[in-house]
This record gives sequence, C-alpha cells and structure tokens, in this order.
Amino acid sequence: MNKLLPSPFVLASRHFSISAAVANSKRTCLHDLHKKNGGKMVEFAGYDMPVQYSDLSIKDSSLHTRKHVSLFDVSHMLQTHIVGKDRVAFIESLTTADVQGLKPNSGTLSVFTNEKGGIKDDLIVTKTDQDFIYMVTNAGCIDKDLPYLQENAAKWRSDGKDVEIKTLDGRGLVAVQGPAMSKVLQNETDIDLSKLTFMTTAVGKVCGIENCRVTRCGYTGEDGVEVSVDPKEAAKLVERLLASNKGDVKLAGLGARDVLRLEAGLCLYGSDIDENTTPIEAGLAFVVAKRRRETLDFPGAEKIVGQLKEKNWPKRRVGLIAEPGRSPRGHLPLVDPLDKAAIGFVTSGCPSPNLEKNIAIAYVDRSHSKEGTKFLVDFGSKQTKVTVTKMPFVKTNYFTGK
Amino acid sequence: MSVLFRAPSLCLRFQTSFAAASRLSSSQSGKKFTKKHEWISVENGVGTVGITDFAAEQLGDVVFVELPDEGTEVSKGESTGAVESVKAASDIYAPVSGTVTKKNVALEEEPGQINKSPFDKGWMYKLKVKDEKELKDLLDASQYEEFKKENQGH
Repeated sequence: MNKLLPSPFVLASRHFSISAAVANSKRTCLHDLHKKNGGKMVEFAGYDMPVQYSDLSIKDSSLHTRKHVSLFDVSHMLQTHIVGKDRVAFIESLTTADVQGLKPNSGTLSVFTNEKGGIKDDLIVTKTDQDFIYMVTNAGCIDKDLPYLQENAAKWRSDGKDVEIKTLDGRGLVAVQGPAMSKVLQNETDIDLSKLTFMTTAVGKVCGIENCRVTRCGYTGEDGVEVSVDPKEAAKLVERLLASNKGDVKLAGLGARDVLRLEAGLCLYGSDIDENTTPIEAGLAFVVAKRRRETLDFPGAEKIVGQLKEKNWPKRRVGLIAEPGRSPRGHLPLVDPLDKAAIGFVTSGCPSPNLEKNIAIAYVDRSHSKEGTKFLVDFGSKQTKVTVTKMPFVKTNYFTGK
Repeated sequence: MSVLFRAPSLCLRFQTSFAAASRLSSSQSGKKFTKKHEWISVENGVGTVGITDFAAEQLGDVVFVELPDEGTEVSKGESTGAVESVKAASDIYAPVSGTVTKKNVALEEEPGQINKSPFDKGWMYKLKVKDEKELKDLLDASQYEEFKKENQGH
C-alpha cells in the first residue's frame, strides 16, 4: 500500500514516523475534547487536528453535514483585530476588498495579493461596528501573514499613521454548519439569527457564554456560522451544542471539511490557489471589488485588473466530473484526447459522497475551459475521461435572508 | 496521526484477551505480509492477496477498487491495482510474482468489504505463485506486528 496522492492534511499510509511531528504540534483549545470524542488526530498546518472522529467515516460525516449539523474546530485559523483610525485604508492596501464600502458588521471574502498579482492568502475581513476590523486568515499561512501584517503596520506607523495588529491568540473558533444550524443555535443564543444574513456578524451570548462573535459564513456551502469564543469556554460551547435536542449535531473533522468545500467548489489555499495564481485565473474575480478596480491601489493590481480588462488570462480554474472509477486527485496531469498534449492539472479531487461522482478542481488552458469540454486525466497506468462542469458541484444554501 | 496508529483494532485485540488473540492468529495463520500492508496466503501454489486491517483503517471507507484481470502476469512489487477511499488512493503491489487466476468481482459491487472483512471477504485477487521462494522475503504475522510498532514511533 502506497498512498499516491496525499491530501495536504492526510498523511500517506506508509509514512508512519509521525509521532515526533505530532508531539511538536500546536494544540487548539478543543484538543482535549477531540481526544475525548475519538478524534483521529493528524498534523495540519502545525496543529494536531482531528481528521475525523471514531463514530463517523469521512463519507458519513460529509453526508451528515448536508442533512443535519456538524461542528468543526477551526480554532487553528488566525483571528486578528486591526485597530487604529487608519485601519480601513491599511487593510485595503493589502487586499482587494472594498472595506470602506462594507456596512458595519458585515464582511467579505478577500485575498492578500503579491506584486505579481498572485494570492498570498485568502481571508474573511469583517468591518465591525466597533473600533476594529475582524479578520480570519488561514492557519497554514500564519508564518508569512503575521510578519507581513506587522511589518506593513510598522511602516504605516512610521509614516505617522494609526494602525495596529492584535492577534486573538488561542481564541476558539467553532464552525456550526448544516441546514439545521439555525434551529439548533437559536435555542442557545440571544442573537436573532433570522436577521444575521450571510457574511454579517454579531456579538452575543451563546450557550450561556458572553461575548461570542457569531459570523454567518463557513466552508461547506451550507448555511452556517463561525463562533469566536473564549478558549476557556470553547469546550462547553461544543458540548452544549452536541447535546442539543433541536437537531442531530455531530463533530466533524478536517476530512469532511475538505470534501464539503470541494463539493461547494471552494478553494483550498496551497492546493487550488497560491502565490502563482491570480484571483482572476482562480475564478475569484468577484473578490476584486469594483471600487478597487478603479483605484488600483493593492499589490499586483495592474496585472489583476489587466487580466480582467483584456480577458486573456491563459489558465483557468474549472470544475471536473470524472467517469466512474479512479478519482482525479491533486497534481495529476490532464491531457487532450486527440494529440495527448498536456492541457493542465488537477489541484484537488475526491469521490463526492453527496453526488456519488468523482469531482475535482483543476487548472486548464483557456481553450479547454468551456463547460462540457471533455478530456482525460492521466493516472499513469490508465486514463479516465473528465468533463468540465460548473461549480459548485452541490447546490449551496447560504442564508441571504431573501 | 500517532493516535490513528495506536488505535487500530489489530493492536487492541491483541491486548484485550487471549481468546481474542488466538482468534486473530487463526484468521492470519499462514498469512505473509509486505511492508506496504498487503497480505498473501498460499495454498497448493495459489496465493490469495488482500490488504491488512491496518491499511483498511488508514484508508477509511473504500469506495472503489481496481483489480488485475485474470491472466495478468505480475512481478513481485509491481502495482496490481488500486483502492480508493474518500480520503486517499493507494496502489496495491504484488507480494510475489505470478499469474492472476481470479479477481474478487464482489468487491467491485461492494468495495466496503475491504473495511468490514479485510482478511476474508475483502480478498482482492488470487495468483498462481511463480516461485514460492519469494515468500521467504515476506514478514510473518509477528514480524508484521513488530514492523508496524517500529514504524509507529512508539
């Protein structure tokens, strides 16, 4: 048994000497809870995290989330407050977002860009009605994001500007995801969830715990929230939600999280997007706010807006559905069936439990990016036909209030 | 990940009781193992090949199996198919050289048998063993246990 194509957080089945890595791994405030609940721990982004729990396979956990409610520990992600009166201009200088134009207590998906127009990280930036911006960035990028933010803030301050980065170290972040989320959570919070629409935020009491920040967002394609909570109270929050009689609530790990985001057509940083892909190539043009396309004042703006205007970017992110059989996985080459020329590569893929089809995200030449185009994924010993398909693969159910 | 390795049912069963241990050894009597977690049991020159419970547990729910066709000649160590779960895909390597005489077509309908019954109903293919001397290079049950322990970093 030799695992061919590892997901970023799933260790190859023959790579067994990992206990040292785990011993050095960081732990979230829910680590004990994971162990208590049969979490199968793996190292991910420097953290010892549950890939699944003993009561459910990754497949069943993915199915459960789209029917009921799942709780994901996402405390490994970096939560940051950006304070100071120049905070909006500061964060806009590094991202493609129109933070100025955001209503108070609402947020948006955005990206840090580099000078080449590539994506340094993807993030959610939320403008609160208080004197700070709340931002969540990827755990895997902490080591580059944090110095980047700090250095830039220091530069701004030396220019007489008022901005400061305050990380919420160790704070809990629990994603509550699935169609029954609101039924389960409303019973436990004083925040009116019927008014908390997609990408808005509120602070209130959840499960008896004061000062929880509840943001309507997630990474599954389902209705859901992420609850930012005092680390000392995080386990209590999770245990109370698990005990809810308003819905079937289960813990879910990174395995299901990866499946669900892929089914929803969402990018995983480091696999589907990175420093060498622009938001335009990644099909994320919507994160480049209208106003920012005019002002051109973020890193790599000319490259990115140039691609948008000329519509000539060479590679495109597409969704693929494969014929039954082996599933396309990250790094596999894609070839034209006629001349066998390489036309792109898969960046992530798996058998979709909810569709019961093999799905993948890939980058392909523009000539092969149209919906319905067929070509081959090359497994080495054999090839399988794939068809370019619109994403999301599974219909998303965001709560827009409409 | 170490937890994942400390937990496999194989180890636990060994520790729980003598009865459980003897049941286990009977299910593995005569089986030989590779370091890539395949097993083979040979009777009258015909070997039956599968993957161990440890490997099955690592993969999780198997959703697809690719098996070698009858008549295929395989060399020791050569890829003879693949198993795939939602989480990962793995090659299956031939423990010894030989000619495939039968594949377990039931797995194509019900790949989950690999998880439910890795040493029995989850067998993958049979092959006419070319040279039984090759079996000597493989691990026996206790060596395989040792190998797993050493490689789990315990």
